[in-house]
Amino acid sequence: MVTNITNLGRSGLSDWLIQRVSALVLAVYALFLVAYLLFHPNLDYVTWSGLFAQTWMRIFSLLAFISMAAHAWVGLWTISTDYLKHTGARFGFQAVVILAIFVFLVWGVQVLWGA
Amino acid sequence: MSSLQVSVYRYNPETDSAPYMQEFQIDTQGRDLMVLNVLTMIKDQDSSLAFRRSCREGVCGSDGMNMNGKNGLACITALSEVVKDNKLVLRPLPGLPVMRDLVVDMGLFYKQYERMQPYLQNDTAAPAIERLQSPEERDKLDGLYECILCACCSTSCPSFWWNPDKFVGPAGLLQAYRFLADSRDNATQARLAELEDPFSLFRCRGIMNCVSVCPKGLNPTRAIGKIREMLLSNAT
Ligand code: SF4
Ligand code: SF4
Ligand code: FES
Repeated sequence: MVTNITNLGRSGLSDWLIQRVSALVLAVYALFLVAYLLFHPNLDYVTWSGLFAQTWMRIFSLLAFISMAAHAWVGLWTISTDYLKHTGARFGFQAVVILAIFVFLVWGVQVLWGA
Repeated sequence: MSSLQVSVYRYNPETDSAPYMQEFQIDTQGRDLMVLNVLTMIKDQDSSLAFRRSCREGVCGSDGMNMNGKNGLACITALSEVVKDNKLVLRPLPGLPVMRDLVVDMGLFYKQYERMQPYLQNDTAAPAIERLQSPEERDKLDGLYECILCACCSTSCPSFWWNPDKFVGPAGLLQAYRFLADSRDNATQARLAELEDPFSLFRCRGIMNCVSVCPKGLNPTRAIGKIREMLLSNAT
């Protein structure tokens, strides 16, 4: 069996499932936002922040952010193991990606609950 | 004039510092020859050219090569199928180390095949005569057992190019499914466990290069999908 410790789930099956499910969540979230914008042609700040003040929207957004984080990690990890043959470069790239995803996730939570 | 311009990849590691393309003019006399016939005619002109062939009828799988950019068996590929603007470019199968000219080292390819344990495994007591199979069970092996291990598929697969040591490749996975689908084999769990990691099977991106080149018309992508379904139903 091929082993690899930098892959979080260590299972190709769980990675594969994560990619499918997170893609679905992101698609639904994107469609919802597009539909919302279409139904509110004269959108102003109050309506927009009112939407994000509701708990269900915050949960929905957090779900989308987490999906985005997982999707990005699995995808970029895969790309790095395909194309970066130098171990140091690959490890460096993966560290930067993990850090960026972590920062964006925390920042996203702050934006959602901070306002 | 029915002269075909053939450009052949040449590399002899003992004498050449780098590979190069050598040009040949071949008089086909207007016949729609097979690419292997043309190679034989080239060998008459320059006997130092190395390539593999044996059955010359698409059965042994020795003469897989890249013809005008597409992998296939030289012996059953007619000039009319591949020649464009009267030009033919012949290269070794991509992604494997070149030993000489059109001959590649198939070691990695066979290693992945071997890893799939391509033989029947059954730990129940052997019956007196043989393990029987219904016609329906036998039908499940159609489209799987016909593989001749020519490596045209795996060497056209980008995932195999990048990770030939970790990704089994379409040919090996097709054979893995050939035994997973066999009603007489009961090593299913061990076979699936060998494929669950992120590389062995899941590096397949489903771009179907393998399907488009297989000279036997087999469909490794479908077999890979079936194994994935088995893994999924096993785990959920
Ligand atoms: S479908 Fe999968 S195995 Fe076939 S060429 Fe594409 S990545 Fe390779
Ligand atoms: S699946 Fe087809 S292309 Fe691949 S090794 Fe077998 S016969 Fe050759
Ligand atoms: S020579 Fe046997 S397959 Fe072409």
